[in-house]
Amino acid sequence: MPSNKSVSDAPIARFTNCRILRGRRLQREDLWVREGKILNPEKLFFDEKGSADVQLDCKGCILAPGFIDVQINGGFGVDFSLATDDFGSGIDLVSQKILSHGVTSFCPTLVTSPPSVYHQVLPQISVRNGGPHGAGILAGAHLEGPFISKEKKGAHPEHCIRTFEENAFQDLLATYGSLDCVRIVTLAPEIKRSSEVIQELTKRGICVSLGHSVANLSQAEEAVQHGATFITHLFNAMLPFHHRDPGIVGLLTSDKIPAGRRVFYGMISDGIHTNPAALRIAHRAHPKGMVLVTDAIAGMGLAPGRHTLGQQVVEIDGLNTYIAGTKTLSGSVATMDTCVRHFLEATGCSVETALEAASLHPAQLLGIEDKKGTLNYDSDADFLMLDDSLHVQATYIAGEEVWRRDVLDM
Amino acid sequence: MRLVILEDYDQASEWAAKYICNRIIQFKPTQGRYFTLGLPTGNTPLGCYKKLIEYHKNGDLSFKYVKTFNMDEYVGLPRNHPESYHSYMWNNFFKHIDIDPNNAHILDGNAPDLQVECDAFEKKIEEAGGIDLFVGGIGPDGHIAFNEPGSSLSSRTRLKTLAMDTILANAKYFDGDLSKVPTMALTVGVGTVMDAREVMILITGAHKAFALYKAIEEGVNHMWTVSAFQQHPRTIFVCDEDATLELRVKTVKYFKG
Repeated sequence: MPSNKSVSDAPIARFTNCRILRGRRLQREDLWVREGKILNPEKLFFDEKGSADVQLDCKGCILAPGFIDVQINGGFGVDFSLATDDFGSGIDLVSQKILSHGVTSFCPTLVTSPPSVYHQVLPQISVRNGGPHGAGILAGAHLEGPFISKEKKGAHPEHCIRTFEENAFQDLLATYGSLDCVRIVTLAPEIKRSSEVIQELTKRGICVSLGHSVANLSQAEEAVQHGATFITHLFNAMLPFHHRDPGIVGLLTSDKIPAGRRVFYGMISDGIHTNPAALRIAHRAHPKGMVLVTDAIAGMGLAPGRHTLGQQVVEIDGLNTYIAGTKTLSGSVATMDTCVRHFLEATGCSVETALEAASLHPAQLLGIEDKKGTLNYDSDADFLMLDDSLHVQATYIAGEEVWRRDVLDM
Repeated sequence: MRLVILEDYDQASEWAAKYICNRIIQFKPTQGRYFTLGLPTGNTPLGCYKKLIEYHKNGDLSFKYVKTFNMDEYVGLPRNHPESYHSYMWNNFFKHIDIDPNNAHILDGNAPDLQVECDAFEKKIEEAGGIDLFVGGIGPDGHIAFNEPGSSLSSRTRLKTLAMDTILANAKYFDGDLSKVPTMALTVGVGTVMDAREVMILITGAHKAFALYKAIEEGVNHMWTVSAFQQHPRTIFVCDEDATLELRVKTVKYFKG
């Protein structure tokens, strides 16, 4: 066989003494990386007669794909729904800080806001690769609102909530200004003409998510048939499960999902937004659809006290965040790695399952699992070194170390 | 010949691995003077490979100046198929040691011209100065490599059709589906292995007992090709107790004594 001499001079790194998440399980294998991608060492050996230039001892750590957070509203004092002059540096700050939580890609999320905010903010969000500067924005922003239900607004400002009953998609486009860098839109499917809007968004490659809604199960199923593939923070801001009309929650076991399609559902597993028993019910009903999200707000990473979330003021007390002066939950301050650990503990699932819920599943939701969310050969080398209790020890993007836990940190 | 009888599979594997290890170390291979090793695949040598890897990881054994030549490879199986002998060698041996990929030779069952591939393999062995130690196994039908019953005892590396016994034995690696098992292979010849300066045959398990009996207690016969090594000046048969079940008590006592 002619040798496939696609030899590159780029250095080859071999991560040894580790367990890698591959093929849905942790395997005692080495991870080989070249030019920012995961390399097939057997092919390297036989085709290129190549070997590693550098060996790194991972001291028994777990190597898992980098986490992907598809719902994060800000953090460290930065609020993505606030149109400030230095919005760009705000995004940069958050993307850099979340590396320590194991997040290598994220979708900056905007809550319900007036059109002026979208018009100012969206052009400042661009798809970009991650690196030492921070996690990547691979797919675009997540627009959670304003086309939601007033009854299930949660912490979203009521005066900004809108409908698209008049001009359907045109109303949506006028509100947002541009969809160039938008990847997910959360809307309430019971709003009239939602089917057209969902179809149009889906056609443009935008993932439609159902949330902040009082839809019943048939409305939710119809939305899925028109293209919706995600549920925003399951259980929160939607009708509770009822045995004669399970509502949006019923999508987890619906038999009306088009063949070959999977409905994913976001879950804030911070121990506050969802009772562990409810988390377990969802996980057991539809384990392959679980997508862990933080729904983190500006106060994440900051001391307790008051912070803004879009047009509202919120109050942080420990892991709880409420609209100031109320008991309405508003986003969370949990970090992604905390959510993964809590999910593992609450459901008693395997380490592989917990890790996949934060990496493989969001990648599948966004349709990028050929490059992200796994440690398969030829995937981008975005990965984490974790200890056995899933604390992030180091974060790598494109094979380069972009964050490492200080040995002195407790 | 030497017949070394160990109590069980693990001990036989360890004995064989130690022997190979010592041979390499005594040879003191270096740049320009490589130790050449012939290698088998299959179930039998797995324990031996594990031990060699252990010695390497302990820092006792390096394969930096070792050249290897595998005995055989299936024809028509994609190289990255989990049952190809390339995959076997990578997963069970090469990926755990420090051998230079340029020194690991395995026949290519997907070469455009199979006979040219075989001739080239013979040439590579010759250029490497011949094989210092050829390690092999034995099939239930007494074959060495894929030199099935009826193969010439002077044969060289060539294309062979596999015997039904072999295909049946291999079916378990292909989901029990006979139609998936390759029917042809490239293999070193009996003559090729006979050219090695030393030969070590590993035989373990009761299912190989009859083949061992035919190989060493009966005559040299092309229906039991391993018997050819009765005429090799330096051959060791390493086996466990179960593999001796068809031998005469006298033979076993002689070699154990």
